[in-house]
Amino acid sequence: MNGPATRLIQSGTRRSPLRWRLDEGGWAALPAALRQEPELEFLGLWGEAERVHAAFRHAGGGPPLLATADATGGRYAALSPARPAASRFERMVADLWGLRAEGAVDSRPWLDHGVWPLHAPLGKSPSPPVGELPQPAFLPAEGEGVHQIPVGPVHAGVIEPGHFRFHVQGETIVRLETRLGYAHKGVLGLMRGKSPRLAARLAARLSGDSTVAHAWAFAAAAEAATGVTPPPRATLLRGVMAELERIANHLNDIGFLCNDAAFAWPHARCGLLRERVLRAADAAFGHRLMMDRVVPGGVSIDIAPSGPEAILAALAAVVAGLPALRRAIEGHASLQDRLAGTGTLRPGLAAGFAAGGYVGRASGRDFDARRDMPYAPYDRLGFTVPLRQAGDVEARLQIRLDELAESLAMVAALLARLEAGETLLPIPARAGEGVGVVEGFRGEVLCWMALDEAGLIRAIFPRDPSWLHWPLLEAAVEGDIVADFPLCNKSFNASYSGVDL
Amino acid sequence: MPWPRPLLADLARTVFRRPLTDPPPESTPEIVAALVERLDAMARGRLGRSLAIRHVDAGSCNGCELEVNALSGVAYDLERFGLRFVASPRHADVLLVTGPAARNMNEALLRTHAAMPDPKWVVAVGDCAVDGGVFQGSPAVEEGGVGQVVPVDLLIPGCPPSPTLLLEGLLALLEAEVSAPPPVLPPRPVEPSLEDWAQPQPRDPAQDPAWKQDPT
Ligand code: SF4
Repeated sequence: MNGPATRLIQSGTRRSPLRWRLDEGGWAALPAALRQEPELEFLGLWGEAERVHAAFRHAGGGPPLLATADATGGRYAALSPARPAASRFERMVADLWGLRAEGAVDSRPWLDHGVWPLHAPLGKSPSPPVGELPQPAFLPAEGEGVHQIPVGPVHAGVIEPGHFRFHVQGETIVRLETRLGYAHKGVLGLMRGKSPRLAARLAARLSGDSTVAHAWAFAAAAEAATGVTPPPRATLLRGVMAELERIANHLNDIGFLCNDAAFAWPHARCGLLRERVLRAADAAFGHRLMMDRVVPGGVSIDIAPSGPEAILAALAAVVAGLPALRRAIEGHASLQDRLAGTGTLRPGLAAGFAAGGYVGRASGRDFDARRDMPYAPYDRLGFTVPLRQAGDVEARLQIRLDELAESLAMVAALLARLEAGETLLPIPARAGEGVGVVEGFRGEVLCWMALDEAGLIRAIFPRDPSWLHWPLLEAAVEGDIVADFPLCNKSFNASYSGVDL
Repeated sequence: MPWPRPLLADLARTVFRRPLTDPPPESTPEIVAALVERLDAMARGRLGRSLAIRHVDAGSCNGCELEVNALSGVAYDLERFGLRFVASPRHADVLLVTGPAARNMNEALLRTHAAMPDPKWVVAVGDCAVDGGVFQGSPAVEEGGVGQVVPVDLLIPGCPPSPTLLLEGLLALLEAEVSAPPPVLPPRPVEPSLEDWAQPQPRDPAQDPAWKQDPT
């Protein structure tokens, strides 16, 4: 069932178990082949000195498929004409590596706002910026009475920085464009040349709310590159932490969503339940967000003897609180009025952008890396992946409630399986390449890593699921009113830091 | 819409239960002492025991925001201390900055600080804001943390600092403000009284641009 694009990629030279290198002509033919094989999902695109890498995956199943091309003369053929999701990646690759996508649908800068000391800091020849500070240009919208509302990068609440440019007609959003990059910290440059153990601290800080998921995907990539299998106790503990992270974040989102609809009770309730979960995480693993606990080779700290008990007590409180939450959310017409039918994401778009997590699953995209790209400990755990079709704010909220129930059961099952044993193995210093995919609370986190002869990171790209969610948010709010934007935005809850790198 | 029965039961339970809010943390005398020294003598005491806080994320990983947000929840209940987050810098006394001062946020950070009325304080929250944290050495962030962009009055380290630590820091800031000696105010410029304003001022039409523009 391999389509033309898969065959084209696999006709290249195989560089690693999952990656093929295409010559210039092969890569140039890729966009046309991708158009003929719509079921080959685009997952991401990134650079390396004078090369570009792209990741794909069959909608039907299987591991990711990576393609590489030389960017001769700093240019390569754009994939965005065939996969619109590639556009933001192409702009990022131009800003960080100075490699231009020829024929791209959009070639405006993305992460580089013109204030870095060097343009293309990761490229072969970084250069100081020249000329005036560039003014951001936004896509136009025309029509009678259309005007713009600029919002951000500093917002009214305590949230991450980003700019939203609305074109509105009356109260209706005609076009939304996001401008991100404000949280760019140069993480990829800092990771380069470090050992996986050292760089793990940076991976854990790509997106603080997904610290476990990012650290795990990073660790999985490092382990794949060096041929290390983490000990069973460590994978079970990773599972416990990942599910605790999901529970805490889903509770947070559910509360804030209700709060954005001016319904304070669920917000207060969820906040308290979440606080209990975080304190249990602190008691069990010594850190409320469980940062730096998942490291290449296993976990850096074993669960405290009293940990399981603390966790189970906190989760029992969540279990007890869920029915009341559901009743409150489903039983209030005024809340339902705000949630249902708002910010609808069409299933076709969700599938076309390979939207992960609750964004995809609320719009009928039946994918969960824990089930569909199985990895330990989930490969031996029974659970259901909730799915909804409506694609609106309400559906994304309900998916979270459904997933919460699943995760609560999973933690108990994982804790019950804990057996004494090792928790951390050494990572040999050797060359290699690996990919790690881990289902975070937002969706699947993908990390690709290449190590040099000394076992140091030669190139890396951690792809947060938000890369694919941000453009979909822009599509979902079209035709909604400006006042509903906070609800829509919170229902996606895409990461800023995770994509600003 | 009437409240459904189970919700009423929840409500009743909530009313009669003991509070969920934690007891407030004690603030450390050393922190208070250090603060008193550093705070601008003129501004102290003016605001009473209340601070309005504006947050700016200068490129954080979002971990610090999670803990800052937790402060507003029922467990920590920031507002009982007279501390609250406000939506505009124009209403704020304190600028709470997270993140390593990402260069892409410099302008927004400076502008937010400039938009705040005096007296104002800046609190740098998290290892990143204190000195760059794990992002030290990246050309994309300001070398040396948030203090390189705006003047910092209080540092709260941690990655991220726990809500308890944040609360201690902010309480210390409040107490420093209260225990400060009464401010010595400089003489204020004499403003015209209302009566003065009511008096028509003799104007020379030749000197007044507004008159010139009107040919009638
Ligand atoms: S101090 Fe730590 S938690 Fe806070 S923003 Fe920096 S990396 Fe994230």
